[in-house]
Amino acid sequence: MVGRPEQDETSRAALGDRAYYSVLWVLGALVLVVAGIIVLNLSLVSRPLLAVTSPWAFVAGDNWDPVTQQFGALPFIYGTVVTSVVSIAVAVPVAVGLALFITQFSAPRLAPIFSIPVELLAAIPSVVYGLWGLAVLIPWLRTTVEPFLGRTLGFLPFFRGPPIGFGYLAAGLVLAVMILPTIVSVSVEVMKTTPEAQREAALALGATKWEAVTWSVLPHSRAGIVGACLLGLGRALGETMAVTMLIGNARNISLSLFAPGYSLPAVIANEFAEATDAVHVGALAACGLLLFAVTFILNAAARWLVSAVQRGPARVST
Amino acid sequence: MRTFALRKLTNLAMTGLCAVALVGAFIPLTSVLYLVISKGASGLSWDFFTALPKPVGEAGGGIGNALVGTLYMVGLACLIGLPLGVGAGVFLAERGDGPLGNTVRFMAEVLSGVPSIVIGIVAYAMVVIPMHHFSALAGSVALAIMMIPGLARASEELIRVVPGSLREASLALGVTNWRTSFFVILRTATAGVVTACLLAVARAAGETAPLLFTALNNQYWNFSPVQPTASLTVAIFNYAISPYEDWHAKAWTAALVLLMLVGLLNVASRALTRNRLKGAR
Repeated sequence: MVGRPEQDETSRAALGDRAYYSVLWVLGALVLVVAGIIVLNLSLVSRPLLAVTSPWAFVAGDNWDPVTQQFGALPFIYGTVVTSVVSIAVAVPVAVGLALFITQFSAPRLAPIFSIPVELLAAIPSVVYGLWGLAVLIPWLRTTVEPFLGRTLGFLPFFRGPPIGFGYLAAGLVLAVMILPTIVSVSVEVMKTTPEAQREAALALGATKWEAVTWSVLPHSRAGIVGACLLGLGRALGETMAVTMLIGNARNISLSLFAPGYSLPAVIANEFAEATDAVHVGALAACGLLLFAVTFILNAAARWLVSAVQRGPARVST
Repeated sequence: MRTFALRKLTNLAMTGLCAVALVGAFIPLTSVLYLVISKGASGLSWDFFTALPKPVGEAGGGIGNALVGTLYMVGLACLIGLPLGVGAGVFLAERGDGPLGNTVRFMAEVLSGVPSIVIGIVAYAMVVIPMHHFSALAGSVALAIMMIPGLARASEELIRVVPGSLREASLALGVTNWRTSFFVILRTATAGVVTACLLAVARAAGETAPLLFTALNNQYWNFSPVQPTASLTVAIFNYAISPYEDWHAKAWTAALVLLMLVGLLNVASRALTRNRLKGAR
């Protein structure tokens, strides 16, 4: 007698479940659709470029002139790479030191307080960093840092030339500040997964705190720290506003870090709104596609490294 | 004995170096905050928040339209981005253990690192090209795409924090799976998910690059989704790279307004997290 209504109820419940989880499935799959949309649109918009130039000529050519339809992106690629390398060289030692300080050397109760400045740095919008760079970094580089570097390290080709302020060095330094929070927070996460027993064993053997770090923490988290740096590098490659405001926006390739240059995001930011013909838009979109491909690979590698460390060595080897 | 002293010295030196790294983060932070506040505060006035910008040389004028434009576009982006982002997060938390879940999670993490300027090009292709002109909608689409991947991962983490015993208790009472998920698990995770949303909104409000060639700019008030729209961040950029002193001053004041907006959202999210933790105890 009661069989029927009950059956109805369970079938209705099953229907509700099925509807709910189908909606969730669609929402989840949407993330993959977004990835598809990004790739598809970038390829479609950049396609007209192929009518004028080959991919190789685009990447290796150093002449960029929309009027005569010359699109060689080498100066932008070069500037992007140089500023990112400068930022990594400056940021990584500071970030790793800071992450070690937060996880190993500060009192555990104070650790959250020391990570506050890092979180604040991450919250500042990039256009504000650009504004700060214009007002503080550029004059400081022009009057103090670049003349000093020129006098002391001028025998190296990287530190020659007139101190202008605007250039690879300025952009690289502001990038270093901007990627610092990324590297610190990921490194802290990774270092926290070091088995406490390893560290305690080192200390029990009479190791100093620093030796405990070099014996247990660093070997355990090395791959994860590399991953953190790759994430930071990915951010540095694609960072737009601050670099556009500080790099000088000159289409040249120079060994000197003092010289003004250009970067891929900067040329997109400066020229996209004014680009009228499809080929020019296509060339700029191709710059975007290149950025997307490089950051995609870097991020994928970085996530893989970080998660490998977080899962622990036992499962990595299997 | 000498090696012992050397080891202690090394320890001291390296500890000191790590502490110096803290200073390395602290100097730029205080410098940015100090300059924005000291250079920006003098320009704050009622007019600055409500008036339209004036041409170079004329005193006064404000960034009212840019402020409204930012709020408008971020609001529109929330309508698109928040449900999709949180929805993907719920999927990852509830059904994310299979191969599809792992792929989605990996993609969300990788996409959250895609440069914002690239997303700008995508929104340009999706909205500006078919509509043949720049619009607030295009800017919002760009911001929404930026929000989704990060929000998906963040809300997944916050939903997974909900204790499994709650789910079991609900199921044991005969509540269906979907009701348990929606009215028990999601309900419990609300504060956390709202926190994640606020942080995503704060990030979107500070974005400049994806707006440059989607929403473009506008000298006047605009409340239409299909017209070019001014925004706080693009205004700061244009004022900052201009050669005029009084425009530089405006850039600093606008930067102060932007930092206050972003700071407010961050503080609000922190307050929510703290309340949640108190409630849990």
